[in-house]
Amino acid sequence: MADIAIAALAAPPSRLLAGLRRSGPRLWIGAVLVALLMLAAIFAPVFAPHDPLEQDLMSAQLPPAWMTGGDHTYLLGTDSLGRCVLSRLIYSARTAVMVALIAATLAALIGVALGLFAGSFGGWVDQSISRLIDVWMAFPPVLLSIVLAAVIGAGLTSVIAAIVVVDWTRFARVIRAETMVQLTRDYAAAAQVIGLSRARLLRLEILPNLVPLLVTLLAVEMGIAILVEVILSFVGISVAGDTPTWGSMIAEGRQIVYQAPWIMALPIVCIITSVIGLNLFGDGLRLALDPVQRS
Amino acid sequence: MTATLTIEGLKVAIGAANVLRGVSLEVQPGEVRGLVGESGAGKSMLGRAVLGLLPANASVTAGRIAFEGRDLLAMQEAERRNLLGRRIALIPQDPMTSLNPVKRIGGQIGNLLRHHLGLSKRAALMRATDLLNEVAIREPKRVLSLYPHEISGGMRQRVLIAMAFACDPALVIADEPTTALDVTVQRQVLQLVERLRLRHGSAVLFVTHDLGVVAKICRSMTVLHAGRVLEEGETANVLVRPRHAYTRALLAATPRADRPAEALRPVPPDLTDQLWSEAHRLDQVPAAGAA
Repeated sequence: MADIAIAALAAPPSRLLAGLRRSGPRLWIGAVLVALLMLAAIFAPVFAPHDPLEQDLMSAQLPPAWMTGGDHTYLLGTDSLGRCVLSRLIYSARTAVMVALIAATLAALIGVALGLFAGSFGGWVDQSISRLIDVWMAFPPVLLSIVLAAVIGAGLTSVIAAIVVVDWTRFARVIRAETMVQLTRDYAAAAQVIGLSRARLLRLEILPNLVPLLVTLLAVEMGIAILVEVILSFVGISVAGDTPTWGSMIAEGRQIVYQAPWIMALPIVCIITSVIGLNLFGDGLRLALDPVQRS
Repeated sequence: MTATLTIEGLKVAIGAANVLRGVSLEVQPGEVRGLVGESGAGKSMLGRAVLGLLPANASVTAGRIAFEGRDLLAMQEAERRNLLGRRIALIPQDPMTSLNPVKRIGGQIGNLLRHHLGLSKRAALMRATDLLNEVAIREPKRVLSLYPHEISGGMRQRVLIAMAFACDPALVIADEPTTALDVTVQRQVLQLVERLRLRHGSAVLFVTHDLGVVAKICRSMTVLHAGRVLEEGETANVLVRPRHAYTRALLAATPRADRPAEALRPVPPDLTDQLWSEAHRLDQVPAAGAA
């Protein structure tokens, strides 16, 4: 009996490490993809072989280097204006990452605050916030972002604003429901009984229990933010026209898709890998962060 | 001397249904009072009312709850919170779920100590180590760094007991603290509660349905049924010479080592039916209590 007790007490040297191991390939693949995306965004000037805006009309629509007619100085070919596709892809990551990080964080802040509010106060506070969310979600999100971007004007800020305004509901709903669930748990009652105020109860007891959920939501939201940015730049109401974005590259490539399919295909590949990477990373991180699932 | 806890004519209703129908009870300083009754008798609701933990749809419709002479129901929220955890503590029913699953034991005890005693993080951890020592947890330093799911149910209950007594409370409400534990651990937990209450000078309101537990540690007891007090007094008197038919029936329904199993009799349904209809008749005349 005593031996069992001691054996049970012998916790692994580092729980975090054990957790990281347990979350398996999902976390690692996700982490590598996300790291690639981040590195490309941060060190774009270092990695990009050319200026993304530099035009070389003599070598327009070159195919990738390994295909016949390819030029080894343009690894992934050039677009219709002779701009280096690889460089443009790398620089586009900047916009994507910036939008993803800022928009998802802001949406999370607003959504979590309102969700905690609604979930913990209940009554008319909950009713009004919940109805607001219902009404909000009834609008088609992409349409709403397009209208917003059109009204506030094009630019990075308006893209971010559009995403935040549309997507805070995603956080608010889930956090509200989970807050309610957590508040009915015995530990929440026990915390109230040691005299914690509502604010401290939420901050010290409830919020830590929401972290795994929040991490997943954030990662998913970053993926969605990237997609929305792509949609908005595809229709041309995102950042200024000369800044490369995946969406505008698709829009340009679409017109010459029969002559130069890679111009459209390559940004699509980038988008898909980024979104998959973020989702895997979020999922893996949730497993690694949750101490109950960790053991 | 002021009683630690005074409850006078407490009535609690959930929606239209009455749960407590005018309960009065007193706990003197340092006293261990057993609160017994079958499930649905309202004994947990009574504890919850004292702690201000009534469910959202329940309300106190009449009566007074005073802690050391101060009315808990009339008190400001902040003032009441200041008493909770420091002067009035709870040992919860289910140790498996009453600790925050994502926080280390040390963090949870530390929070309590820092919140009420204003200790620094370091001092709180030192004190937490002492507390765990007090409840006979070996290697307290290591246990402090563990998560609740990494220790056994008995250990969790000991952690919760340590937290309940951490600030030398005047009153500890033990809400069936042994129900969720297996029998071998139950005895240790009872001994622990007994030892700690002596050391910290706390009174204990021990909510339970187990007369054996009451006989073991409670000096006085109150028998509750359908939200009414049927009988109360010194444990020895009540158990040896029960005055109320219901108490006698409860005793006959309690298994004992010195009597054959055939002697066990369930509480007669006629008796409970009669008691419930009495209770419902009481509901019909709401003014009777006030008059």
